[in-house]
Amino acid sequence: MIEIKNLQKSYGAGESRCHVLKGLDFTIQTGDFAVILGASGSGKSTLLHILSGLESPDCGEVRYDGENIASFSDKELTKFRKDNVGFIFQQYFLLPNLNVEKNVKMGAELADNRAFRDTIAAVGLGEKLGKYPHELSGGEQQRVCIARALAKKPKVLFLDEPTGALDEETGRQVLHYISQLQRENRFTMLMVTHNQNIAEMANTVILMNSGKISEIRANPAVKTAWEIGW
Amino acid sequence: MLVSLKDGAKLAGVFLVVCCAALICTMFLSFYLDVLAIHRAIVTEGAESFYQAQVSTAKVVIFVTGGCLLVTSLVMLLFYIRHYIDVHKKELGILKAMGCGAWKIAGHFWVFGCSVFFGGAVGFAGAHLLIPQFYRLQNKDHILPEIVFHFRPLLFVYLAAIPAALFAFGSVCYARRKLQSSALSLLREQELAVGKRPRQVGKKSRIFLADLQKSTVRSKKILVFFVWFAAFCFASMTQMAFSMKDLASEMMGVMILLIGMLLACTTLLLAVTTVVRGNAKTIAMMRAFGYSDRQCSQGLLGGYRWIGYFGFLLGTAYQYGLLKLMVYVVFREISTPDYGFDLPNCLLSLAAYAVFYEGAMYVYARRMKKLSVKEIMLT
Repeated sequence: MIEIKNLQKSYGAGESRCHVLKGLDFTIQTGDFAVILGASGSGKSTLLHILSGLESPDCGEVRYDGENIASFSDKELTKFRKDNVGFIFQQYFLLPNLNVEKNVKMGAELADNRAFRDTIAAVGLGEKLGKYPHELSGGEQQRVCIARALAKKPKVLFLDEPTGALDEETGRQVLHYISQLQRENRFTMLMVTHNQNIAEMANTVILMNSGKISEIRANPAVKTAWEIGW
Repeated sequence: MLVSLKDGAKLAGVFLVVCCAALICTMFLSFYLDVLAIHRAIVTEGAESFYQAQVSTAKVVIFVTGGCLLVTSLVMLLFYIRHYIDVHKKELGILKAMGCGAWKIAGHFWVFGCSVFFGGAVGFAGAHLLIPQFYRLQNKDHILPEIVFHFRPLLFVYLAAIPAALFAFGSVCYARRKLQSSALSLLREQELAVGKRPRQVGKKSRIFLADLQKSTVRSKKILVFFVWFAAFCFASMTQMAFSMKDLASEMMGVMILLIGMLLACTTLLLAVTTVVRGNAKTIAMMRAFGYSDRQCSQGLLGGYRWIGYFGFLLGTAYQYGLLKLMVYVVFREISTPDYGFDLPNCLLSLAAYAVFYEGAMYVYARRMKKLSVKEIMLT
């Protein structure tokens, strides 16, 4: 369970100080698929970075099964990310000089996962192990990111606009893979997006507006990637 | 203008190498020409032998040092241009897309020749500050008649102006060649013209960090050359400097030591800075995934370690061979101390190199630690 209490974050100093997160409180259950929905500049990406341990809040608590990572040192946060977290970003961030297999190995080795080729096969890239990122389409690159993140066997998977750079068909396919693998592996998933339709796939929807949470709602009728609008 | 004078001024590596080349070549060319002028005044056999030794030394130094530094500065310049085009691909692509021709864009790259001009000018001026002391030391036992220094402005043309013009022309031509690709391929994020890469699927033995080390080293072979060259310079010049104390003069030794250190520092820092900057996103991703700072630096910089030590080994062999040859060719007519391999000197140099290399890696590992994961990802 992830518990967030009075989470605050601001950037800059003096008059140019910008309060990005203004005291957030909410809880995400283990195994949940939560979507953080908000317009550009609402603070959703900053929230994702803090929850994933990429940066620290100014004040407040982020508790993972009771342990507050907000007070962790840089070294402790690195270990936390190693043991618990997986990432999928909009810009892929694949290592350009390594092929598909080695890119996925980057995540797999942290979890001592030797069966990572199965994960690559699960995202439909079993035949493209030796291909380099520049030889793949956008959708394929994002699938490599999914495999890389999942090969790490994360307890929580963070996704930052994972379909932002993809066309509708590829975007749906990527979402299908992610949600299917989440159901199979039962990890917690937290996705940031501005696409309201994607929120229909989540169990929990957190709406953000100007650094505050405007609404948290449970979604009783979860849809598949092929059922949502685009 | 896309390429500004400020960009040309950033070529510190080329500036320093050319500066060293011009400094040495000016000193030894001036000395060589002035020594030739006193040949008629030599009457004794001993003075004739010493004269021949001085002339041969000057020739060897001019050709070996001047030639070596010329090639290095050329490689560095081409590297800078290629790196500049890689970094500014998108801007160049936009210019091409808007109808700017490749020659027109490449024409701006002449400014890179400025670093050669300024390096040459500073080296030329610096040499004239050292020349009086240098002439005194070269003839400290007064075996030769007094060697009078003559200022030769033409040397400035040969060592600064002409190389600068040639390098500027070369920069334009090389940039034109690199800008041959279409506007679209320049605009694309990833490099399309990637050479043939080995397909290494299914090799289970290597760990990820070893794969990363190998791919990082392979991705920019020119950096392998720079790391190798830095170690080569360090080994050859530091050991040669100590031997020069006995074979020539202390001043020569100090000069060689300083030039060697300068070249080693410049090339190594250039190489490592490029590796770290070029792999900022890889570092960010590895850190986001939970790789420690030590693992990040090991994965990216670890592959260059043995290249450096290999360069040291070759540099040691090179300096030994060169000095042995010099002693044979230059000093065969006159009595000189017998030159043999100096093991303590070699070990001292190796220890100094290890401190220098590992120190530089430590500094860059600390730099990597300071890179903000979030900032890199947002750019």
